Amino acid sequence: MVTNITNLGRSGLSDWLIQRVSAVILALYTVFIVAYLLFNPGLDYVTWSSLFAQTWMRIFSLLAFISLAAHAWVGLWTVTTDYLKSTPVRLGAQVVIILAVFVFLVWGITVLWGA
Amino acid sequence: MLQVSIYRYNPETDSAPYMQEYQLDTQGRDLMVLNVLEMLKAEDTTLAFRRSCREGVCGSDGMNMNGKNGLACITSLSDVVKDNKLVLRPLPGLPVVRDLVVDMGLFYKQYERIQPYLQNDEPAPAIERLQSPEDRDKLDGLYECILCACCSTSCPSFWWNPDKFVGPAGLLQSYRFLADSRDTATRERLSELEDPFSVFRCRGIMNCVAVCPKGLNPTRAIGKIRDMLLANAT
Amino acid sequence: MSNMRTLSFDAIIIGGGGSGLRAALELAKSGKKTAVLSKVFPTRSHTVSAQGGITCAIASADPNDDWRWHMYDTVKGGDYITDQDAAEYMCSEGPKAVFELEHMGLPFSRFDNGRIYQRPFGGQSKNFGEGGQAARTCAAADRTGHALLHTLYQNNLKNNTTFLNEWFAVDLVKNANGDVVGCIAMCIETGEVVHVKSKATVMATGGAGRIYASTTNALINTGDGIGMALRAGFPMQDMEMWQFHPTGIYGAGVLVTEGCRGEGGYLVNKDGERFMERYAPNAKDLAGRDVVARSMVMEILEGRGCGEKGDHVFLKLDHLGEEVLNKRLPGISELSKIFAHADPVKAPIPVVPTCHYMMGGIPTNVHGQAIMQDADGNDRIVNGLFACGEAACVSVHGANRLGGNSLLDLVVFGRAAGMFIESALNEGIDYLDASESDVEAAMKRMTRWNESTGGESVAALKTELQSIMQNSFGVFRQEDHMQEGVKKLADLRGRIGEAHLVDKSGAFNTARVEALELDNLMEVAEATAIAALERKESRGAHSRYDYPDRDDANWLKHSMYFPTEKRVGKRDVNFKPKTVDTFEPKVRTY
Repeated sequence: MVTNITNLGRSGLSDWLIQRVSAVILALYTVFIVAYLLFNPGLDYVTWSSLFAQTWMRIFSLLAFISLAAHAWVGLWTVTTDYLKSTPVRLGAQVVIILAVFVFLVWGITVLWGA
Repeated sequence: MLQVSIYRYNPETDSAPYMQEYQLDTQGRDLMVLNVLEMLKAEDTTLAFRRSCREGVCGSDGMNMNGKNGLACITSLSDVVKDNKLVLRPLPGLPVVRDLVVDMGLFYKQYERIQPYLQNDEPAPAIERLQSPEDRDKLDGLYECILCACCSTSCPSFWWNPDKFVGPAGLLQSYRFLADSRDTATRERLSELEDPFSVFRCRGIMNCVAVCPKGLNPTRAIGKIRDMLLANAT
Repeated sequence: MSNMRTLSFDAIIIGGGGSGLRAALELAKSGKKTAVLSKVFPTRSHTVSAQGGITCAIASADPNDDWRWHMYDTVKGGDYITDQDAAEYMCSEGPKAVFELEHMGLPFSRFDNGRIYQRPFGGQSKNFGEGGQAARTCAAADRTGHALLHTLYQNNLKNNTTFLNEWFAVDLVKNANGDVVGCIAMCIETGEVVHVKSKATVMATGGAGRIYASTTNALINTGDGIGMALRAGFPMQDMEMWQFHPTGIYGAGVLVTEGCRGEGGYLVNKDGERFMERYAPNAKDLAGRDVVARSMVMEILEGRGCGEKGDHVFLKLDHLGEEVLNKRLPGISELSKIFAHADPVKAPIPVVPTCHYMMGGIPTNVHGQAIMQDADGNDRIVNGLFACGEAACVSVHGANRLGGNSLLDLVVFGRAAGMFIESALNEGIDYLDASESDVEAAMKRMTRWNESTGGESVAALKTELQSIMQNSFGVFRQEDHMQEGVKKLADLRGRIGEAHLVDKSGAFNTARVEALELDNLMEVAEATAIAALERKESRGAHSRYDYPDRDDANWLKHSMYFPTEKRVGKRDVNFKPKTVDTFEPKVRTY
């Protein structure tokens, strides 16, 4: 057994599962947004923001953002452990990635629920 | 005349590896790559490579032939030669000892890590342990592995993490014991595999399946291990 | 030599094939300081190529099977120079050894009732030859050797056996009393040469089929243990007895198992005739291997061979159907497609008798202790030297080995040697240390090669040796050809003694390994040739045109080849099994 401390779920199985579940959520979200855009050809700001004013859409979007964050973290963590062989470089990259993911996630939440 | 280009490196005399060109008159015969190497070695005795059974069951002569891993003894020139040229390199991803000989230490270590032996904590009967033909059939496509390392050394995940990712060969053997109705250590075996590297570094690109000289399918075995891990944990 | 490193062990096992690994397993469990020294990674050993199975009366196919019937077949198969105490030990201990293998995880094929699958093999009978064909060969499809070797290696890993993989044993080290106290060995990867000290040295080095140009044997089968023992002055037994397997793939020499005929395949000549019905009306294609091989050669010589040159026959399997071939003989189908370009589902496989197995070897008792003769011709144990497997001559195979008996030999006598050495170590073994000059003596030929500055090439000399053996000591032999062969070998020995090792580098120098192997091939070839010339009769695998009959009055004996004088003597065959009546020699028909 290889022990790790920097991956997301502390086990390969949970990482793997998170990766798959988040992918499904992201796929559904993408399909929904694309379909929405197709069915609303003359889309204006009012319609668009009213969509996001509804609670279910906010929850759905939040779920998608969290999925994106988790998916990105698992995926990029894997990439760093594959290609970055120097420990300081790899750790540095992982810190940058996790900060970025955190910032984007919080930013996304404030966009959704902010004024 | 067949043009043969071979990776050469002798740690005692060469500061860096290089490709050496040979020419061989095959007299139109469809030789095996190993025959070619033996003929060249009769002339240039310094050429080093491993070989033993010369019939594809011992797994000694895995190498990279025109870009694809395989066993030299059962790969005929007609299978592999393009434009009358044959390029031979050692298996990728492992340290080169000399010429076409690689240090298989990491590969064997990963094999040993999966505890490649039957474990059964019940007392053995006076005769054999019974096993139905159906249960025995589950081992087909698994036990035949010859440890040639063609699969693991064609796997990018193994190239990047040969110390952490078990690799297709080791995982195929791991599943060989997980699938054996006589083995009782399933839970212990699985608990050793659930980290992010051992099994989960497999990304399913199936290079292992494409090169296995015995026609085995490690990717399928890895999928089965993942299913067992999931079933075990949920 | 003072700068040479020394490694010390209680027991060193030279060879990582079936018998070596089985012996090692026994010793590893005992906690003795043991190592397996093998010139290849253990699973690359030639045991891996064994296909058909391991013959043993485990009473699975036939619940009434009896190890005594197996013993009878073995003695008869060996044309009555099988040592009956050894055959008794092997056949009666066999089931225990096979069940152990199963418990270790060997993936045997199965019958519907869950027991180990057994198939018919050549020379097998029920009820001492009276009850028809038996099915006694336990099989893991047609990959039994592979399954067995991997299982043994895996269990050695489990028991933390020490391995010196890719190390080459060069020569034995003897002390002033003539006891074997270790060996000189070379690490192939680095070229480092070390002195290995051990209280017990086990030769598990396998066969030497590479003395012939056409052989089913792996390229590594160069008789290293036989060569070492001969150079150390120890005698060899029954070296003229070489088995030619009926079904080597024509042109390639690759083996196709006797199990093909066990599953119902048969041989045909160019007229499509199942010719074995004429030579062995009862057993037909499942007669002893020597009988089938000779019959094939007769067909070819009488102009009924197949192909353009009429120099082979066909093995017909297509009538068995795709399902049986895929289930029971998958490896054969693969080999046939690769090496004969014939898919056995549709086309017959071209086959020819091919050198396969050395019945002779280092004479031992059932404990694996090597035996020599004193001046009066009495047996004497060689202190410190053991042998098991193909390198040994216990002798359970006599003049002709039965199919499936080699794997049983490996595990039964590997295990026996391991157990005996363990108890001997417990009782305490204390031999005189080797002196510096003893070690230097064992370094002699290594030094010779390293200092060579000119001479012929190893590859060319090897080819010449192989063609001499092929031409003069094949399936049928005769005085004048053999005389000539012996002469040519004597000349070749001189030239090999002056041959040139061009590459003197250290790291993974396979040229040096091949040079050292050539010396061993030379020793085995000469012992074979001289013993073959001396045995003036036809028995088992040794068939002479000039002496076509078995001569029990003079040759119901083992031959003993003494290397120092190049003399052939005789040794009594054991006719005293402990628990059954002696099987008296009879005319051998199938």
